[in-house]
Amino acid sequence: MLRLPKFTLHRPTSAADAVRIAAGHGPEASYVAGGTDLYPNMKRRVQRPTHVVSLSRCADLRSRAGVAGAEVTLGAMTTLTAIERDPWLQEHYPAFVHAASVISTPLLRNMGTIGGNLLLDTRCNYYDQNYEWRESISFCMKCDGSTCWVAPSSPRCWAVQSSDTVPLLCAIGAHVTLLGPDGERRIPLTDLYRDDGIAYTTKRPGELLTHLHLPALNGWRASYRKLRRRGSFDFPVLGVGACLHFDGDVVTRAEVRIGGAGSHAIPAVKTAAMLVGQRLRRDDAASGELIRAAAQEAYKPTRAMDNTDLDAAWRKKMAPVFVSRAIQDCL
Amino acid sequence: MAPETGMPESGGATAGGERAEGRYLHAVDAASLSVIGKPWRKIDARSRVTGQTKYADDLALPRMLACKLLRSSVAHARIKSIDTSAAEALGGVHAVLVGSELPVAFGILPVSQDEHTLCIDKVRFIGDPVAAVAAVDEDTAWEACRLIRVEYEPLDVVTSVFDAARDPHGMDPADRIHDYGREGNLHRCEHLEFGDLDAAFAESDLVREDLCFFEGNTHLPMEEHSTVAFTDPDGKLCVMSSTQTPHYLHRALAKVLAAFVPPHKIRVIACPNGGGFGGKSDPFNHEIAVARLSMKTGRPVKITLTREEVFQTHRGRHPVLMKSRIGVSKDGRIKALEFETHLDGGAYGSYGTASTFYTGALQCVTYKVDNYHFKGARWFTNKAPCGPKRGHGTPQPRFALETQLDKVAVELGIDPATLRSRHLAEAGSLTANWMRIGSMGLGECIERVCAGSGFRERWGRLPLGRGVGLACSSYLSGAGLPIYWNAMPHSGVQLKLDRSGLVTVFCGSTDIGQGSNSILAYIVAEVFGLDPQDLRVVTSDTDLTPVDLGSYSSRVTVMTGNAALQAAERARDLLVPHVAAQLDIPKGRVTFGGGRVFDCEDPERGMTFAEAVGTAEAKIGTIGTTGSYRPPKSPARYKGGGVGPSPSYSYTAAVVEVDVDPETGIYTVPRIWVAHDIGRAINPALVVGQVEGSVYMGLGEAMMEEMSYRGNRFGVHKIPSMLEYKSPTSMEMPEVVTYLVEDPDPNGPFGAKEAGQGPLLPIMPAVANAIYDAVGVRVDEVPVTPEKVFDAMQRKAQGKEARYGPRELPRVEWPEPRRVRTPWQGGTGVEVEREDELARSSQG
Ligand SMILES: Cc1cc2nc3c(=O)[nH]c(=O)nc-3n(C[C@H](O)[C@H](O)[C@H](O)COP(=O)(O)OP(=O)(O)OC[C@H]3O[C@@H](n4cnc5c(N)ncnc54)[C@H](O)[C@@H]3O)c2cc1C
Ligand code: SF4
Repeated sequence: MLRLPKFTLHRPTSAADAVRIAAGHGPEASYVAGGTDLYPNMKRRVQRPTHVVSLSRCADLRSRAGVAGAEVTLGAMTTLTAIERDPWLQEHYPAFVHAASVISTPLLRNMGTIGGNLLLDTRCNYYDQNYEWRESISFCMKCDGSTCWVAPSSPRCWAVQSSDTVPLLCAIGAHVTLLGPDGERRIPLTDLYRDDGIAYTTKRPGELLTHLHLPALNGWRASYRKLRRRGSFDFPVLGVGACLHFDGDVVTRAEVRIGGAGSHAIPAVKTAAMLVGQRLRRDDAASGELIRAAAQEAYKPTRAMDNTDLDAAWRKKMAPVFVSRAIQDCL
Repeated sequence: MAPETGMPESGGATAGGERAEGRYLHAVDAASLSVIGKPWRKIDARSRVTGQTKYADDLALPRMLACKLLRSSVAHARIKSIDTSAAEALGGVHAVLVGSELPVAFGILPVSQDEHTLCIDKVRFIGDPVAAVAAVDEDTAWEACRLIRVEYEPLDVVTSVFDAARDPHGMDPADRIHDYGREGNLHRCEHLEFGDLDAAFAESDLVREDLCFFEGNTHLPMEEHSTVAFTDPDGKLCVMSSTQTPHYLHRALAKVLAAFVPPHKIRVIACPNGGGFGGKSDPFNHEIAVARLSMKTGRPVKITLTREEVFQTHRGRHPVLMKSRIGVSKDGRIKALEFETHLDGGAYGSYGTASTFYTGALQCVTYKVDNYHFKGARWFTNKAPCGPKRGHGTPQPRFALETQLDKVAVELGIDPATLRSRHLAEAGSLTANWMRIGSMGLGECIERVCAGSGFRERWGRLPLGRGVGLACSSYLSGAGLPIYWNAMPHSGVQLKLDRSGLVTVFCGSTDIGQGSNSILAYIVAEVFGLDPQDLRVVTSDTDLTPVDLGSYSSRVTVMTGNAALQAAERARDLLVPHVAAQLDIPKGRVTFGGGRVFDCEDPERGMTFAEAVGTAEAKIGTIGTTGSYRPPKSPARYKGGGVGPSPSYSYTAAVVEVDVDPETGIYTVPRIWVAHDIGRAINPALVVGQVEGSVYMGLGEAMMEEMSYRGNRFGVHKIPSMLEYKSPTSMEMPEVVTYLVEDPDPNGPFGAKEAGQGPLLPIMPAVANAIYDAVGVRVDEVPVTPEKVFDAMQRKAQGKEARYGPRELPRVEWPEPRRVRTPWQGGTGVEVEREDELARSSQG
């Protein structure tokens, strides 16, 4: 087994304390929630905090507030299992519950939190490797090296956005609250991310993600479709979040996000544009045709690269299929 | 029973007595057995399921040090220098070992002694060990490894058989991976011909040639390899390891450490294995390294590999590129079969020579093949060494043959089940390549899976996207020859009968989870009429137990079982006269059962088993017997005929059902029916466990498992983790319906044949055949991934060949074939050139 390097563990009991402790150690500190992403990364020596600030005792990060018809707020430390098993969420936010329920395995969902999932490190199979392995490829740009082996002439890193909830939450227009040494701010979730495998978030140093806000239910329907090799364990190698807002059966707004195929949840802008203003009905040939044509536009923006499981060219070809199915689900 | 059909050896050391002729109970009526054939609990079940079994990594000894290996970070290079001074200076480091300290080479096969404990002047793949450190803990040992400076001079890197085959004569000899074998990087090259192929092809009504590729995959045991070594105060070395072959490890240690310790002062104990599947049957460099480090430091030293290192240690399934040319008559009889295989061997020999022959050995034991031709080549490449994995060398050609027969069936318009069952090899017959078949239950296996699945009614008739596929297979119940040539038994058992009534069974075999310790207990308990849970079984300790060659080639139940049966019958024969005298009854009426020994005509009259032992002990002294087993001599006497013969062959048939999404190529397997001809199930629960486990493993190979390397990054393993090396989860495991076909084989103890490997083999071709039935495309490649199904479907839609698979083979200058006449040509089992010579010498 790979061994964890040595570090100092801090266990504050409130979000404010956590932020203060982390600020005290600057770049040497990392927050840890469930640890299902951070600890494997530490074992592989790709993240090397010497101070780890555990959020497990911060009771103020575990709440759920809100009622149907209004915004719902979840504490960042809500576990994925808690989301999966929450009957109220199941009823009102089924696509979100579904996205959480297809993450890894039951054991990891018991530990993994929604906050950690939103901030999950980007993945690449040149990077998610132990020290010796990375040494044998002379390391890569994301950690300890200078070249990106996925695209050696590229100036950037193409590590992959791999959280299952992010494409869906971006599509439905969720927000997050961040608490930092300089105070609190609330931003749309889409603004939390950047299209870069290394600097993949806009989170400022020391900022703590405290809450996730789900938008009020007002006539939108959403779906999440995940492509993975097996029925458990696997990260998405394509994850489509779709959300349609309706007026009767006319689409008034559409948002489609493609995850697992680029460094952020890629907006399928053309696909969405082709749907707005259209009348879409279930089991209707014309609607089916339209959706298929719109979904075809998701092929181009999908940036599947040879750094995940399954063949990159095939994954790209699967994008229109999964986008089409996700849209169908919303009817 | 014919004398050459594999009787236990006669002449035990501790007990004489005439051999109980006709007592080898293969023909015994199941109703008269009290232990055999019943689903008894495994004797170690309680300790395994309550987590109390001590695996090698559970061992902690006082003053124990931790060992880590520094492994090569380059795939092929000359070592210019190694500087260990900084590592040695690090606090907590007790010793650093480098290759030059142990210059003696080793390897599992006598023909390929090509490994060193630590590389001396050259590294051959990423992961080849270069130095070993013993330190107070793992962290310190790891830090010390990072301080060792190795200077490499890079050499050309070979990552495929095509690379390996490039310009063998023109290449700089210095760039060869090994300086032995044939030219260039060709390790082995075999060419055998049985019968008249040209004539047979000319007479065939249909001739097909198919190319296919079986990607390599690995064993993925839950337990990572682990070894603890220590030297006791009298200078005796003890090595406790997760190994399937303590005897072969003992031999390798004795060879490499000859300068330091004689063989009789080396003790190897195989710990219970947490899965092996063939991956723990080579002697490994980490085992020898900790042995030497324990001598250097005077302390116990332990190493436990990381998962990444287990991938590098490998010895798994060879990637094999194949061509099969078949000639059949209108009714599907195989008149000619020509096979060419190319094995990508990785960086070392390992079992590779045997693997090469295995890719050609078992083609003729399932269906009658009139004329047979085999060419096999093994290539060295700069990747983790391949070796034996469950099915050793035979799943790959089985995939080629069974998918090809499916194509033949379609072309001839015969359903695949009937095509096969019409031309089964016969029980007791000899094949074209001189394998002797024992009992043969394949016909019944086919009928059972067809009846269960409705195959004949459903094949070719399901809606688009649904399909069923059938395939069959066979596997050996133990290799007919040992790994190093010798005339000694393959398996030995000693029994000690104690006046307390305890029977202790001593045997060198290793329980890797398959239940071989329990088998010994069941067999001995049956003979003595005891409860198997009451016996003591002592195994896999080279100081205490007689040699058994190891847990590989599905040999353990048949070989240790026969040896145990012989030892037990001899012991019973020792007790009987004295019990008879005591009870004053004729010997023939003495019966063992229910923990008692009694008069079968008056069961009240008798004594406890303990009293029976005491009675005999009082008369003849301490009671102990031995039993041993050596397989029958094989009629295959040509060079290369040593691989493939076995005391008996198991048979399996499987039907796989698939559901394919025609839009994506993604498919699921909802159900599998599998029938296995086991001869006789010593314990049906354990057999079903082996069958289901094989189905699981086979499905992994069929659907997703592959050892992939980054050709563009010098052959680094792409995905050495349990997360990214995809293997099925419980979510992928289908419903499995298992049928056991029991047709006792004369060479097996109570008629038993093997169970651990054969049932894996038909799964991969059955999946590919089912995909064809579902969507009409051929994926001539394992694993059958959704991308490949999708690709073939797209080709089909574009009007191209509806197939995904390889299109070429590497070029080889094959040597002249060794020609052997088939039995029906009047052959004698030796090469034509040697026949006259042998005839002369036998007359002389
Ligand atoms: C085998 C395996 C399979 C997996 N499969 C999937 C999958 O299919 N889909 C998927 O989406 N994920 C998967 N994961 C990843 C992971 O388990 C989940 O994403 C999980 O939700 C992460 O949450 P956590 O609480 O464990 O995060 P942690 O590991 O505790 O944290 C992750 C990162 O976020 C930071 N962080 C955590 N909480 C906060 C906070 N409140 N404020 C600021 N920073 C914070 C940490 O510093 C760290 O950098 C898998 C992981 C493994 C090991
Ligand atoms: S995408 Fe390139 S730079 Fe980023 S982790 Fe992968 S190899 Fe490294």
